[in-house]
Amino acid sequence: MTLAFATQVQEFVSQTWPWYVAGPIIALTMFLLLYFGKEFGVSSNLRTMCSIGGAGKVSDFFKIDWKNQLWNMTFVVGGLIGGYIAANFMSGSEGNLAHISDATVADLQALGMDVKQGAIPMVPEFLNWNTASSWAILLSGGFLVGFGARYGGGCTSGHAISGLSNLQLPSLIAVIGFFIGGLAMTFLIFPLIF
Amino acid sequence: MRYLKFLLIGILFGITLYKAEVVSWFRIQEMFRFQSFHMYGIIGSAVVIGAALIQLIRRTSLKDMYGHLISFSDKDMSFPRYILGGTIFGLGWALIGACPGPMFILVGGNASYFLIAIAGAVLGTFVYGVLRPKLPH
Repeated sequence: MTLAFATQVQEFVSQTWPWYVAGPIIALTMFLLLYFGKEFGVSSNLRTMCSIGGAGKVSDFFKIDWKNQLWNMTFVVGGLIGGYIAANFMSGSEGNLAHISDATVADLQALGMDVKQGAIPMVPEFLNWNTASSWAILLSGGFLVGFGARYGGGCTSGHAISGLSNLQLPSLIAVIGFFIGGLAMTFLIFPLIF
Repeated sequence: MRYLKFLLIGILFGITLYKAEVVSWFRIQEMFRFQSFHMYGIIGSAVVIGAALIQLIRRTSLKDMYGHLISFSDKDMSFPRYILGGTIFGLGWALIGACPGPMFILVGGNASYFLIAIAGAVLGTFVYGVLRPKLPH
């Protein structure tokens, strides 16, 4: 009886968590940070990392008291540990797979990608430590994310979650921008680079 | 000890985004191709519940754990910086399939090469800081 229950819990935890579990937990994250006197926004840590590295000598934008941001750095270290726990201790017998729609698989195959429904990894194989193309994609994509997040005043957590929840028009404009950029990359640039 | 609570919230956040596959490049592709409700359900329900919680905070004048009233400052209104910055961000998000939170979660989640993306993001942030006076805001 208890063993069957434990198995059921294990099965529930190892499946893809549905949107109606993940969305409320993200809202709870935002609420808890507010209760602890902080604001939910992950990309601020990138600015903090610049400040810690001495970027304040080059630009006043980085002259901040980064010690006030250590709580947020702790939060992302927690995220990293959470990723480790989920990837290594919470996967089912199939390992860590992404369960995307047949339509997306077909679209990616049409782009020439070697993907098979039922065996889609969490991260595509063209991203790795070993190839020059992977370094180029990760560096340039990361650069765009970092530059765009600070220019636009926030990322998905700061604008799409916190900002939209607080009915901020600037956040709606930024989220529309996220989609303009994402759609342009997906439909205009991907056919050129893949 | 006062940082422990942030570590624990971060762990919950990391596990959730990994297990809901938000960290997956493939899920972000599916989202930008409008081929599943999954990502829209996650962001949409987080926003709806978040908006309800913020209304509750405002109406009950809820105080944070230090006894300060939880207050919200409006973001400065402007158009160019949000649309341009947002678009640049979206280009990168679709390319690597990860926004800042998932980059860190993936480094822990058996994809340590996302450290390269974090290095790129720190560099991008630095270049923004340097160019900031010359950019339209």
